[in-house]
Amino acid sequence: MATKVDEKKKLTKKDFTSDQAVRWCPGCGDYAILTAVQNALAEIGKDKDDIAFISGIGCSSRFPYYMETYGFHTIHGRAPAFATGLKVANPEIDVWVISGDGDSLSIGGNHFIHSVRRNVNVKYLIFNNEIYGLTKGQYSPTSRVGTVAKSTPYGSLDRAFNPASLTIGSEATFFARVADSSPKDMKELFVQLAQHKGNAVVEILQNCVIFNDKIHADITDREVRDDHQLRLEHGKPMIFGKEGNKGIVLEGASFKVVTIGENGVKESDILVHDAKRQDPTIAFMLSRMRLPEFPVPMGIFRQVEESTYDEDVNKQVADVKTKKGKPDLQKLLNAGETWTVG
Amino acid sequence: MAQQAVETHELERVTIKFAGDSGDGMQLTGTLFSDESALIGNDLATFPDFPAEIRAPAGTVAGVSGFQVQIGAVEIHTPGDEADALVAMNPAALKANLSRIRKGAIVVVDKDSWEERDLKKADYDHDPLQTDVIESYQLVQAPITSLTRETLKDFEMDTKQKDRCKNMFALGMMFWVYGRSFDNTEKYIKQKFAKKPKVVEANLKVLHAGYSYAQTIELFGSTYKVAPASIEPGTYRQISGNKSTVLGMLAASVKSGLDIFLGTYPITPASDILHELSKYKEFGAKTVQAEDEIAGIAMAIGAAFGGDLAFTTTSGPGLALKGEALGLAIMVELPLVVINVQRGGPSTGLPTKTEQSDLLQALYGRHGESPCPVIAASTPGNCFDFAFEAGRIALEHMTPVVYLTDGYLANGSEPWLIPDVNTLPEIKVQKAKEGDANYLPYDRDEETLVRKWAIPGMKGLAHRIGGLEKQDKTGNVSYDPQNHEFMCKVRAEKVARIANDIPDQKIIGEESGDLLVVGWGGTYGSLLTAVTELQKQGKKISLAHFNYINPLPKNTGDIFKNFKKIVVCELNLGQFQKYLSETFDYDFLKFNKIQGLPFMIGELKWRFESILSGGA
Ligand code: SF4
Repeated sequence: MATKVDEKKKLTKKDFTSDQAVRWCPGCGDYAILTAVQNALAEIGKDKDDIAFISGIGCSSRFPYYMETYGFHTIHGRAPAFATGLKVANPEIDVWVISGDGDSLSIGGNHFIHSVRRNVNVKYLIFNNEIYGLTKGQYSPTSRVGTVAKSTPYGSLDRAFNPASLTIGSEATFFARVADSSPKDMKELFVQLAQHKGNAVVEILQNCVIFNDKIHADITDREVRDDHQLRLEHGKPMIFGKEGNKGIVLEGASFKVVTIGENGVKESDILVHDAKRQDPTIAFMLSRMRLPEFPVPMGIFRQVEESTYDEDVNKQVADVKTKKGKPDLQKLLNAGETWTVG
Repeated sequence: MAQQAVETHELERVTIKFAGDSGDGMQLTGTLFSDESALIGNDLATFPDFPAEIRAPAGTVAGVSGFQVQIGAVEIHTPGDEADALVAMNPAALKANLSRIRKGAIVVVDKDSWEERDLKKADYDHDPLQTDVIESYQLVQAPITSLTRETLKDFEMDTKQKDRCKNMFALGMMFWVYGRSFDNTEKYIKQKFAKKPKVVEANLKVLHAGYSYAQTIELFGSTYKVAPASIEPGTYRQISGNKSTVLGMLAASVKSGLDIFLGTYPITPASDILHELSKYKEFGAKTVQAEDEIAGIAMAIGAAFGGDLAFTTTSGPGLALKGEALGLAIMVELPLVVINVQRGGPSTGLPTKTEQSDLLQALYGRHGESPCPVIAASTPGNCFDFAFEAGRIALEHMTPVVYLTDGYLANGSEPWLIPDVNTLPEIKVQKAKEGDANYLPYDRDEETLVRKWAIPGMKGLAHRIGGLEKQDKTGNVSYDPQNHEFMCKVRAEKVARIANDIPDQKIIGEESGDLLVVGWGGTYGSLLTAVTELQKQGKKISLAHFNYINPLPKNTGDIFKNFKKIVVCELNLGQFQKYLSETFDYDFLKFNKIQGLPFMIGELKWRFESILSGGA
C-alpha cells in the first residue's frame, strides 16, 4: 500500500487536519488519539474523500469536526447505526466510529452490540475514561463500583461493563486495547485496524484530566506498565514484566502467572498468543484478566476474518440482480392478475 | 335433485362480510371473493379487520377475524357501512357483527359450530338463532363443518386438516349466491399449495361442494348479480395500500436513479412494507431489519448521508422513538422518508385498527424548532403516488418527509389503474458538483433554499455535518445567537416554500355552497361517498380532501371563504381542525370518530344534514 502512495504524493498528518480549532480541555487524552489517527491515515494513504468519521455524543464525539475527511456528528449512542447505514449504502467508504464509554455502552449499548454481531466493516474506537465528561462528571457504565462522582457522592453501586468481554461476547471478529499514553502503539494499531476486513473495536484507555484524572495510571504509568501490562503479539508467547521473565500459562481452565526459570518453568511452557483462533474462548479469558492478580492485556486480543454485513447485503442484492435480470418497473406494476377496462 | 327456479336480482352494489375465528382463514376467503369480483369488472373496496392477538382463544369474540368487501356496478369508495350478507363461522363471529349488518341481510352460519360450548365461548347465555332478533334476517343454517368432512371422507387427512378447508365451502356457497365463477380462486389454490397436491385437491373439492350445495339445496331465495362497473378505461389490478406504497418507493428509486435503503423495525401495521420491499432486490433495494426503531431511522439517515434514497417505516409508537433522529435529519437537511402507517393509540392502543391520531405528532412531535413536510395518502391505490411524492420532495428539497397512511389504507384494497411509468416525472437529485472548490455544505439555492448534497466518495467535497447548530453556508459549528435564530427561520422557510412545488387543493363539487366538508388521508372514500350522495339530493355541499398537510397548498385559504359552513372530519379528536384553526380564521366545525373503525356513510350524512339544516 505504501509504495502506491509514494507514487502519488506522500500524505501527512496535515492532510487529515481540518481548519477547525480543537476544543478539548488542555491535557485531555483525546489530543494524542487525534494525532495518532491522523498519522495512521497518512500512512494508510487512502484518499480523504473516501473516508468518513461518524460519532455520537460526548467529548470524544467532537472528533469528526477536526478531521479533514467526510464526517457526521450524530446523536447520543446511535453512531453504530448511522455507520451501518452509511457502510451498507456506500461500501467503498472507510467508515470510522468515534465513541466513548457512556455513548457506546450506556445509551448506545444496543446499537453497539448489534453492530459487532453483524460484523459491519467499521473501525470503532471507544475512548474509555470511565466517566461522563461532557455532562460534567457523572459515573459511567465502565466506572468501578464505589466511584465517587457528581451523581454518586456516596459511591456508585452498579457493577461495571468490561468493554473487552462485552465486545468479544457479542461475536466480535476484532478487539484490541491500547492506551492514549502510547502514541506509537496507537498509530501502529490503527493501521492494523484499518487493514482488518470486518468490524474492529478498540478500547482506548483515555485519560480525562478534569473529571477522572489518572484513572488508568495503574496500567499506563511508566514505572509500573511493564509489570502491569501484557503486550499481546500474535504468534508470540505471553511474556511480560520488567525483567521479561513472567508469563501466562494455562492451568486447567484458568490462566496463571508464572516466572520463567522458577519451579522448572521454561519459555516454551508459556502460552502463545493466537489472535486468529476462531474459538473466542481464550480471547474471552484474556478479557477477564485484571490487576492485581494479572497484568492487563494490551494489543489485539482477537482478529478473525469473516464476511462482513455490508458486503453480504450488497452481495445478496447483486445475486438477485443476476438471477432476475434487469428490473422492469412497468412489468412489476403490472404483475399479478390484471384486467382491462374499455 | 331438480334445479330450483331461483330468481336472480340485479344489484348496483353489495357488501359481504366473512367472519370467523382467526384460524378459520377468513382473510383469504374474503380476498379470493374480492379478486374474483375485480376480475369480472366490479369496482370494490375491502376492509380486513383482525384481532391484535395472533391466536386469541378460539371461539371467543376477541378472536374474531373479519373481511368486508363492497362490490359494485357503480364506483365504490368504501367497503360499505353495513353488510348485506354475513358469513359467520361461529357464534362469536355473529355476535361481533350483528350490529354491523343491514336488516334483511343474508346471514349464513355454520350449524355445526353452534353447540352449547360454542355459545358459551362467545359469552352467549342463550342461542341467538332462537330469538326474535334473528327474524329480521334471512338466516341460512348450513352444516358447513360436517359437509366439509363428508366431502373429504376418502382423503387421508386428519379431521383438523379437513376442517381447515371449511372456509372454501363457505366461499363456494357465496360464489353461487353472487353468480361468480372461480377460475382465479382455483388458480390461486393450485399455486399456493403447489407442493401439496393433496391439499389442492381437498380445497378445490370442498369449494365445488359448497357451490353445488348452495345451488342444489333450496336455502337461498334468490341469487344476485352485480354487473361490471363503468370505470376509467385502462389496465387494473387489485392492490392494498402497503403494496402500492412499496411500488411508489421503487418508482421513486427508478426515477431518481438512486438505490433504496430501508432501515426499519417490525411493527403492525407497517411490517408488510418491509416484507414486500425485501422481495425486490433486483431494483437495488437494500432492506435492513434493525435492532430497534431508533436504529431503523439512524441507519436510514446514515444511508442518506451515503447517497441512497433512504426510508424508514413505522407506526405511531415507533415514530415517537424516531423523534430525536428525525430532529437530526431536519438539522443536517438530508433527504429521508419516514412512513408512518397509523394505528389506534396512544401506546399499544389498538394496534390492528385504524386511526388518524398521529397527525400532530408528525407535525410537531419533536424537540426544538423542527419543521418537517407531511403528506398523506387517501386511497390504497394512491399510496403509490404519495410514496413517490414523498421521495420526490425529500430529494428535491433535501429534507426528511413524513408520509402518513393508516391501517385502513394499508390493509384495505381496491382496483388500481396501473400507471404508465413513462408519465412519472424524473426526480431531480440535488447533488453537488464533484471537485467544486467553492462547495459549502449549507449554501442554498436562492429560490428554494435547498442545499446541495455531497456524498462521501465525491472528490474534493469532504465536509462535516452534525447535530450542533451550524454556521450559515459553511456548516461549521456555531453558537452565535443571531445565527441560530437565522438558521431556525431558514429551515422553516425552506419547508414553507415547498408550497410552490405542489398542486393546488381541489374541490369536489361547486366552489361555493352551504357546507364544505374537509378531510385528509384515509377517510377519502367515506367522505366522497357521503358528499356525492347528498349532492345528488341537490344539497350545496362540496368536499376538500387534503393530501398535502405541511405545507398546505397555497390556495387553501381561498377555498374556505366561499362556504357558509365548514366541517372537518377525522378519525381522531380534531387534530387537523386544530391545525387549520391555527392558520385560518374560520369557525371550523368538527366531526370525529375514534373507535378504530372507518367512518360510516350513514353517520356522515346524518351529521352533514344536521349542519345543513342549521345545527352546529
Ligand atoms: S472533560 Fe475530560 S474527556 Fe472531556 S475534553 Fe475535558 S479532559 Fe477530555
